[in-house]
Amino acid sequence: MQAFTCPFCGHRDETEFHFVVEAGKPRPEPSEEVSDEKWAAYLHMGKAPKGEAREIWLHITCGLYFLMTRDTVTRDILSSECLLEASE
Amino acid sequence: MTSFRHETLGSKIDRSKVIKFEFDGRIVSGFEGDTIASALLANGVRLVGRSFKYHRPRGVWGMGSEEPNALVDVLIDGKSTPNLKATTIKAREGMVVRSVNVSPSAAKDRYRFMDLFNRFIPAGFYYKTFMALGWDRWEPMIRKMAGLGRIDANNQPPVDSPQINAECDVLVIGTGPAGLAAAKAAAEGGQKVWLIDEAQDLGGSLRWRGGTIDGKDWPEYAALSKEAVLKAGGKILLDTTLWGAFDQHMFAAWQRFTSSPDLHWRIRAKKTILAAGAIERPLWFANNDLPGVMSAEAAMHYLVCYGIVPGTDILIGTANDLTYPIAQAFGNAGVNVTLIDQRQSGPELQGVRHAYGVKLTSAEGHNGVTGATVDGEYVSTDAILVSGGYTPTVHLWCQSGGKLDWQPEIDGLVPRPGTSDMIVVGAANGTYALNAALKEGHAAGGGRGRAPKSVLKQNPAIEPVRPDPDLKGRQWIDMQNDVTLKDVSLAASEGFQSVEHLKRYTTLGMATDQGRTSNFAGLAAMSAITGKSIPETGTTTYRPPFQPVPLVTISGRRRGDLFNPLKRLVLEDAHRSEGARFREYGGWLRPSVYGVGDETTLAQEEAMIARSNVGIFDASPLGKLEVIGPKAGELLDFTGYVRMSTLKPGRARYGFMLAESGIVYDDGVVLRLDENRFIVSASSSHVDGVRWKLEDGRQDRLGGKGVYIHDMTSAWTTLTVTGPKASELIAGAGIELPALTHMSVSETKFEGRPLRIARISFTGDKSFELSVPSLHAENLRNRLSGALAQFGGKWIGLEAVMIMRAEKGYILIGKDTDGLTMPHDLGWAGPREKRTDEYIGKRSLFTPEGKSNTRKQLVGFETLDNNPLVTGSHLVPVDGDRRSLGYVTSSYFSNTLKRPIALGLLENGTGRIGQVIGCFNNGEIRMAKVIGPCALDPEGVRLNG
Repeated sequence: MQAFTCPFCGHRDETEFHFVVEAGKPRPEPSEEVSDEKWAAYLHMGKAPKGEAREIWLHITCGLYFLMTRDTVTRDILSSECLLEASE
Repeated sequence: MTSFRHETLGSKIDRSKVIKFEFDGRIVSGFEGDTIASALLANGVRLVGRSFKYHRPRGVWGMGSEEPNALVDVLIDGKSTPNLKATTIKAREGMVVRSVNVSPSAAKDRYRFMDLFNRFIPAGFYYKTFMALGWDRWEPMIRKMAGLGRIDANNQPPVDSPQINAECDVLVIGTGPAGLAAAKAAAEGGQKVWLIDEAQDLGGSLRWRGGTIDGKDWPEYAALSKEAVLKAGGKILLDTTLWGAFDQHMFAAWQRFTSSPDLHWRIRAKKTILAAGAIERPLWFANNDLPGVMSAEAAMHYLVCYGIVPGTDILIGTANDLTYPIAQAFGNAGVNVTLIDQRQSGPELQGVRHAYGVKLTSAEGHNGVTGATVDGEYVSTDAILVSGGYTPTVHLWCQSGGKLDWQPEIDGLVPRPGTSDMIVVGAANGTYALNAALKEGHAAGGGRGRAPKSVLKQNPAIEPVRPDPDLKGRQWIDMQNDVTLKDVSLAASEGFQSVEHLKRYTTLGMATDQGRTSNFAGLAAMSAITGKSIPETGTTTYRPPFQPVPLVTISGRRRGDLFNPLKRLVLEDAHRSEGARFREYGGWLRPSVYGVGDETTLAQEEAMIARSNVGIFDASPLGKLEVIGPKAGELLDFTGYVRMSTLKPGRARYGFMLAESGIVYDDGVVLRLDENRFIVSASSSHVDGVRWKLEDGRQDRLGGKGVYIHDMTSAWTTLTVTGPKASELIAGAGIELPALTHMSVSETKFEGRPLRIARISFTGDKSFELSVPSLHAENLRNRLSGALAQFGGKWIGLEAVMIMRAEKGYILIGKDTDGLTMPHDLGWAGPREKRTDEYIGKRSLFTPEGKSNTRKQLVGFETLDNNPLVTGSHLVPVDGDRRSLGYVTSSYFSNTLKRPIALGLLENGTGRIGQVIGCFNNGEIRMAKVIGPCALDPEGVRLNG
């Protein structure tokens, strides 16, 4: 069982997290101009890198979606970043 | 003629405290400190069990979790545990110990004849023989004759095994000399060290081999190490098995207690030092599995710690230097012992008979050793201690991804540096000299200055020993799974030459000892047969657990009711007082029906009363997600299929939430309380999922600005009043009902406290959802319940609600939809056609799949007879090729309509309305007419009345 780092709550057990999506996949818009192929690639194609992976995860106990960089081979957590700007 | 207790020796036993327990019906007497194995040996019990397949007599072989033979079922404090290793379990007063795979006892086993048939039942025998006539026929008989311990079905262990997460700087596995040195060095460097050992005491092999460290007897050094660990805030766990290495340097450990529940630890370590030692290999000769043949290392352990002398006339067979101190120890204890070495020379021995260049070729005896053949000559002996070398305990290293290298000097596989970030020291690393082991441990612990020193600087010579295919008789490779050298040859000749195939074909190394004493022999034998080197032959994969761990320890408290805890209603007790019967619905425990009798009948009655008069049901699990802020409308527009920003305050609208794949994820009503405040009534089982989709939109789409989402589902209680007399009942309960049209909402007060009334219907009748903060739920319930009789109403359960919603054609997501259903399949094509803005799932609705004209669409069915269709029946064409066009998703008998009703998903369903279709179930086809989904009041007179 792994432990991940929530930027807000810190080091926590993996059961508290959900994987969301690989990072760096902007939603293709507007829909009317997106080809079937491009949309299918957005929905279904992932890089699943061996080694460093940038992923969006959800910490389900606090509700934060955040960017986590981890090594899929060593399982090391390289960084966790909050994606929200600080509220004024 | 057999084993007995020495007069003085035994460092671990307390001779002033006698312990008595039962073994196979006889009373065995031992001392405090004994294990089951040592107590049995002290009582001269050599035959402790029967083997797995041939029912061969077997005795104690080893001293710890490597034990292949001495498996027992133990009953203590009313709790029976099967297949425990007698070598690892403390003897306790009054325990009942039973040998495994015997009937009635190890000595009188009625299946012992099985061994006579050995030549007919080689490896693969059962697979080859019993498949033809059907395995099911033979299985019960074979299961009875083969196998190990018996499970006591009445023993349901309590949910009492706590689990603890822990972290440390340095985890040291094994408390032998290398482990002690590593722990001491690391702790003295200020590190938090956890020191773990499977045994009940510190010291590892020092406990029986002894030793002087830094000029002092070893226990003093162990005490210093312990003190250093504790002083630096570390921990020492004994009688604890570290059974698995997992990702991110996490280790699972099982700590055993005698008077309290076992503990399960999940330890995360910054650095791990493996000092797990090495396990002695057997020697291979005919009948090398007879009781009385024992590991020499284990025998010395029994002699020093428990004062056990294994026989009156002991023969020791070896080919390495490490056995010499063992022979010397027996000699010094005044025991009659002879050492025979296969090599031409060896170290010196004082006062012990020994011979070089001679080989043991067989053990003689029926139920135990009575003699042996040495170089073709019979010699009389009653105990044979053997050493075929040592195998470093590298399991955890390999579990963590480490690779192995062949090291000829020790005739073994050792960790290849750099392939795992664990540090391996001492015998586990193939370092058998005490001085060198201490030095390695010291360095691994980051020790500064001089490493601890010992006077014992032996550099043991180890000569390889292998099973000999030319030798007559059966040589046991795996004693626990009854695999002989011939079985390995058979596997090789039938093409199963890879070690992984060998393992699966012969079951070599698959037993509860996981091949501690047998894997090396198996791969060495295979390498000899195939002519490949041992590194080329390789090892099988090491996997957790290192030794069997009780499942209750791993599952901890996640069992029974706590395995997947249900959500409970605030008013559960009140419903029970009304006679409610409960079932799980989407993770919630909710009333199914009220009253005594047949559930279906009760549900029909409840539905009828609600249709004719009025019913109340508890709708609290319905989602109450508050979406608050100036951008709330924008968020709901993006995350939903139906636009909500155009909803007027005080109004409600039905909508869907889609996945980006266009599939309907959830449906529900959204209420707009005021300009900046919405409530999303997600389906009971989808509340969390909907909340995360809203949060995703809030944080990703809107940058977290302008809107908040607040889950109020369990903070408020909702009671739904439904039926023609709903308004009258509410008024009769003394609650002021604002003028509300269908699909509108109002916030009002009840006894001076907040009350939200929404006129929304899930039944097709006029319905009001009354929601109050759960603190006041009881008051609301009492008021409404008190007025029920006056209007001929009743509490209704979820089963009645299910009938009513199906009559109206209202769907349940996941029941009436599947993983392919899009909103236009449900008759909701409007937003797809009209919306020009972006929303989740939009693009997918226009893929070739989304535009296909063969999509499965929601329809209703009218049967041609009076019996409801079977839910799940496949819909098939009436004539032509039979293929599935869809299936029935919901089916009930409607008392209101006096006919069966059904919903289903049907290919091009809308286009087939009015046609007759076949409903295929269990080989039978029934005809039904395809109609629209709404069977009751399509005009909405009941809703709006």
